[in-house]
Amino acid sequence: METTAPNAPASIASLDELEAPPLSLGQLTWRRFRRHRMAIFGAVTLILMVLYAFGGALFFSEADANRIDTGARLQAPTQEHPMGTDTVGRDILARTIYGGQISILIGLTAMLVELLIGVTIGAMAGFFGGKLDSVLMRFTEAVLVIPQIFLLLVIAKYFAQTIPNIKLMGRTFSGSVVVIVFVIGITSWPYLARIVRSQFLSLKENDFILAARATGTSTREIILRHILPNSIAPIIVAGTLGVASAITLEAYISFLGMGVRPPTATWGNMLEGAYNYVESAWWLWFFPGLLIALIVLAINFLGDGLRDALDPHSRAA
Amino acid sequence: MKNDNLLLDVQDLRTVFHIAEGTVHAVNGVSFKLNECETLAVVGESGCGKSVTMMSVMRLIPVPPGDYASGKVLYRERDLLQVSENEMENVRGKEIAMVFQDPMTALNPVLSIGRQLTEPLRVHLGLDKENAQQRAIELLEQVGIPDPARRLSDYPHQFSGGMRQRAMIAMALACAPSLLIADEPTTALDVTIQAQITELVERLRDQLCMAVIWITHDLGVVAGLAERVIVMYSGFIVEEANVEAIYENPQHPYTLALLEALPRVDRRRHQRLKSIPGAPPNLLIAPHGCPFAPRCEYAYDRCREENPPLLPISPTHKLACWVDVSTGKPR
Repeated sequence: METTAPNAPASIASLDELEAPPLSLGQLTWRRFRRHRMAIFGAVTLILMVLYAFGGALFFSEADANRIDTGARLQAPTQEHPMGTDTVGRDILARTIYGGQISILIGLTAMLVELLIGVTIGAMAGFFGGKLDSVLMRFTEAVLVIPQIFLLLVIAKYFAQTIPNIKLMGRTFSGSVVVIVFVIGITSWPYLARIVRSQFLSLKENDFILAARATGTSTREIILRHILPNSIAPIIVAGTLGVASAITLEAYISFLGMGVRPPTATWGNMLEGAYNYVESAWWLWFFPGLLIALIVLAINFLGDGLRDALDPHSRAA
Repeated sequence: MKNDNLLLDVQDLRTVFHIAEGTVHAVNGVSFKLNECETLAVVGESGCGKSVTMMSVMRLIPVPPGDYASGKVLYRERDLLQVSENEMENVRGKEIAMVFQDPMTALNPVLSIGRQLTEPLRVHLGLDKENAQQRAIELLEQVGIPDPARRLSDYPHQFSGGMRQRAMIAMALACAPSLLIADEPTTALDVTIQAQITELVERLRDQLCMAVIWITHDLGVVAGLAERVIVMYSGFIVEEANVEAIYENPQHPYTLALLEALPRVDRRRHQRLKSIPGAPPNLLIAPHGCPFAPRCEYAYDRCREENPPLLPISPTHKLACWVDVSTGKPR
């Protein structure tokens, strides 16, 4: 526990305090956040994992990650291959690095898709209310009652081979990456939409919204400049947790063989087929599995910390 | 400063709310006129339609559940109830501005004072960032906020209640509106701040030649500020007169009762304030007879049957009552 002991007599400090500008929302949030030990652990772990995935690329090229060497297949961890090799002799360390990049990027972009859909639908339903609200919320509930994994698999299967490979920044990505991002995004938004709707429903009744209208602010400005910034805290929290769930979902579908296609590695598709070797080649599933578990754990701790830091009212719960 | 140019002419305004339990008759055929640079006070109990009337003038009532059932709001001869929502956005803040009751909730907590103050300037006057900033500093200075340049980047929670109300007034005055509607702007403030805010509005009104509609249930505030007073009850105007006439020669039993309820320095100490028995009528029930009749000590049979219309009793005095309060007999 960190205690904030006064480091100067109160009489001297008080003058400085009067002169010092009051803490901004960001500073207050940071104060609460850093008292949350698990959140700090989560943030540090997350930074280390991002460094691992993106810094590791300085030591291994993507070719290393994809080089097939059937002579060296299923090797246990050695000096040369610290995490061993997979069923076709690719180096697992290099693949976890490049796979990590894809997994993290999938998590982030799927979250963005989720935010875009969820915030738009939630904001429209909450702000305009009435018939539009009914239609949008019934639609949201309809998406919500279909099991997400089932929906994911059907859509992933349907779009599986339709998108060609994508070249970006000198690298080639399997088109399935885009499919997965899209599929995760369009199945994850309902919860967020409900959160945003409830925020808008309560915020739009505030006096300052009426006051803004009385100064001639347009509806668009009221939604984007007055209500949305006030509901940013739960959106940040939901977005953070959304990254973790997107990474997990990617792992699920990749494990079931409908996710990202080889040769592009992800932590999820490295697990594909590994269940055949649970006892004989533990390194096949152990390292990617560990990384997935770690990053999901880290993000969830971070999200918890952000929730407590951004919304002090919910701390009692 | 005074002139007789008609600024606002409200004719037979009816605002109702359709809710699950039925129709709430909030404003029942209100008509009044306001000249440029004139100050009008609207008094009455809570829930008698003062705020809804003025919000209807600015068309701030959400439709649905609200509905402008009939009437016209002629602002410079243009009916504001008929113009498009886009045109209305240009009227709000630029032509007609409003100051609200509770300054603690009427400012957006996540936007800086400067941001909220420059917004109407940039929208309505098309000022660029620097000019808007400069004008905002002038405005804050005008309403008496010390060190305005530094205060601009502050957030509402860093302001006290009185300062927030000053900032709200600065926002309302930003585009030099011709009409300021102040909806009980001093109710949430303590007495000394009340006096300061009232003086501030008075001073700015005289400087800018701005018409002011001051909604209040405090007749004490009205005396020094307004030229004309409208007394509202249950969505009706029951009496309209010059401010002197309201105090010296009140004609409606409700106005009398309101004045009786005022604490006075010339009355004996420890004497209980007189209150009006009963409560305002349920607005869900369509009005029948005079709405004040159940609480009125002068009421007789006709009052319960027929609602008195608002008729002039002198060129500057209008009254809606069947009774002559000086004699207690029917007129």
